[in-house]
Amino acid sequence: MSSAETQSILLDDPIVEAPHKVYPKKVDGQFRRIKWGIQFATLAIYYFLPFVRWDRGLNAPSQAVLVDFPHRRFYFFFIEIWPQEVYYVTGLLILAALALFLMNAVAGRIWCGYMCPQTVWTDFYLTTERWIEGDARDRVTLDESPWTRDKIRKKVSKHFLWLLIAWWTGGAWVLYFTDAPTVVWKLATFRNGAFDTYLWIGILTFTTYVFAGVMREKLCLHACPWPRIQAALTDEYALNVTYRYDRGEPRMSLKQATAARAANLPSGDCVDCGQCVAVCPTGVDIRKGSQLGCIQCGLCIDACDAIMEKIHRPARLIGYDTEMNVKRRQCGESAIYKPFRVRTVLYVLLILGVAGFMSVTLATRDDMHVSVLHDRNPLAVRLKDGGVRNGYTLRFANKKAEARSFTIAVSGVAGAQLEIVGVTPGNKGKAVIEVGPDQTREARVLLSTHGAGGSKGQAPVTFTTTDAVSGEATQVTDVFIWP
Amino acid sequence: MTTMSDDTFENGQARTGKVRIDPASGVPTTGHEWDGIEELNTPLPRWWVWTFWITIIWGVGYTIVYPAWPTLSGGTQGLFAWSSRTQVASDVADLQTTRGPVLGKIAAAPLDKIESDPELLAAARMVGKVAFATNCASCHGAGGQGAKGYANLNDDDWLWGGKLADIKQTIEHGVRWDADKATRSSAMPAFGRDGILTPEQIAIVADHVRTYAETPDSDAPTPQGEKLYAENCASCHGVEGKGNPEMGAPALYDQVWLYGADKPTIVARIANGGGAVMPAWKGRLDDTTIKALAVYVHSLGGGQ
Repeated sequence: MSSAETQSILLDDPIVEAPHKVYPKKVDGQFRRIKWGIQFATLAIYYFLPFVRWDRGLNAPSQAVLVDFPHRRFYFFFIEIWPQEVYYVTGLLILAALALFLMNAVAGRIWCGYMCPQTVWTDFYLTTERWIEGDARDRVTLDESPWTRDKIRKKVSKHFLWLLIAWWTGGAWVLYFTDAPTVVWKLATFRNGAFDTYLWIGILTFTTYVFAGVMREKLCLHACPWPRIQAALTDEYALNVTYRYDRGEPRMSLKQATAARAANLPSGDCVDCGQCVAVCPTGVDIRKGSQLGCIQCGLCIDACDAIMEKIHRPARLIGYDTEMNVKRRQCGESAIYKPFRVRTVLYVLLILGVAGFMSVTLATRDDMHVSVLHDRNPLAVRLKDGGVRNGYTLRFANKKAEARSFTIAVSGVAGAQLEIVGVTPGNKGKAVIEVGPDQTREARVLLSTHGAGGSKGQAPVTFTTTDAVSGEATQVTDVFIWP
Repeated sequence: MTTMSDDTFENGQARTGKVRIDPASGVPTTGHEWDGIEELNTPLPRWWVWTFWITIIWGVGYTIVYPAWPTLSGGTQGLFAWSSRTQVASDVADLQTTRGPVLGKIAAAPLDKIESDPELLAAARMVGKVAFATNCASCHGAGGQGAKGYANLNDDDWLWGGKLADIKQTIEHGVRWDADKATRSSAMPAFGRDGILTPEQIAIVADHVRTYAETPDSDAPTPQGEKLYAENCASCHGVEGKGNPEMGAPALYDQVWLYGADKPTIVARIANGGGAVMPAWKGRLDDTTIKALAVYVHSLGGGQ
């Protein structure tokens, strides 16, 4: 770059733009309609999902999606996850990450533009703002005008509505953690005694209001890590909202362009109307190329298409395209689209693999879980007659909705006697332990050998828990240690 | 660009330096310039300044609301008479309210019924475990594994009986704890120090006792040893060395040895007599805790 060029960039174009308020303009078009649809769907899911009921029988909550912290359960429709199965949540997070990578490889930061909660709620807030204060130009005028009665009325009603939305958003989040209709009824009748309900609604109201009302694009630009990471995850085949400068440049007025075209001189389709910048929710000029501030929402495409239609030029001067294709067209080559690449195929395979593995383990998991913990101190005890005793803590989790009885048997150490503290052996000398519906029970288990001699060191020992009715058996292995 | 003198600026006079937009950053300058370097006008963000002031106000308010300022004879009491002591007291009271129902059940239930009720057993073990860690672990070890001279509570050998009631009695009144009249008490005579037996005789008895222990290096019983044992030891430790929990006389025929089964240890025990001391816990721990502790200890070894 020559020093003259450097100079021109420095003088014309600040390297760091001074912070300024963005007033996105209203726009209509194909992508705006897609965005409306997705926004409606995501908000509807968020606000109404807690009210979906799901019958799980007597002893379980009948809310379809519920994070039950007091009882340490997570319910998602027909799935019930116990604390020891929390790896399913890990699996879901892995799936979510892979889906994000796949989305990114196919169409860049499409998540940001359509489904990111920050985008969805900012859009919701903008719509409210537009409804009260009018479109971009009116809002600028209003902000610059002195405080009149009308301005106060508008500002107050806007912030009131924003707070209302924020409050309802924070409230809806609380509903995922407790029985939704009950808590709504309690809140409505001022009978909610739990302070933390109010605290959480307050915190989430505040964050929603600040993030969607005040921070808006600043959160995407300064706080979100995703735009920083995604540069490493994208490649030259990923679709991006792209200004096709091969077609747009040099910019000139419609009249000049017509004249230039007639004279067979280079002419661009971009009339520099600035509509793409005016509608951008993050205040980006897409004509400067792919950049950190662009959330790929495609609203500039709609704005530009509307102008192109008016000046009778082909649509999609801005469109979902790749930088590579623009360059190819400049060289007279045809555009290429490659959705199937090593990257995308790998992501799809990984997603299928993880999802498949999770489905299989979920479908075949036991409704009985046993864990065992060997005494640490002492590891083993010498008995009077020269025998050895080891102590264990066994924890039984009955994941069924009815109480069940289990017999405990032990194998691995010849002649070892099993004793469960607080449980007397039944008529056949077998220890039977009862575990309530959807509950866990801990038992202290003593395993003793008698008489001198026996092995030295340690041997694996297996506890078999058998359902007294169904005969279904669960095994868990630990060690027996000789002192 | 003009250079500005410092006093012009401190006087709060209108800036004489040229305020302009910095081309590289797009930010206005202050008009301040030193050696050709201009200062950009980037004031602290308003929210930051406000937060700063609010923290100061908050900090001052805090010292007024809570006890903070020292005075000659004490300190300010704050507005709500709050203190960490009353806070702890109310927290403890809250805890007792929460635990009240289950502790009440433990207090009310007969000792042997606690173990057969899963809920009470779990609660008693939990309470007992904590009480054990606080009061008992320093001698008996974190898991009740004991040490030389301190009983292992996980085995099946119980000097004073291993039933729930026996364990509770031992915890309540201690062992050889003379301040408690109901304490477990017995005395092993100092056969050597008091001149009851000669060192040779002690050695013979020690060898004899070791035959009960079935240690690999023990000899066969001798008539002399048998005679000395019957005359001096059998009254407490039993004719066959089976011991007597009534008087805390350990069984000598088994494999569990509080002080060790090697000959020098046994010789020393016979020569010097005596026994370990355990403090009485009645009065220091409340009855419910002692009950829970007894259940916990019983569950460790489930002794007879």
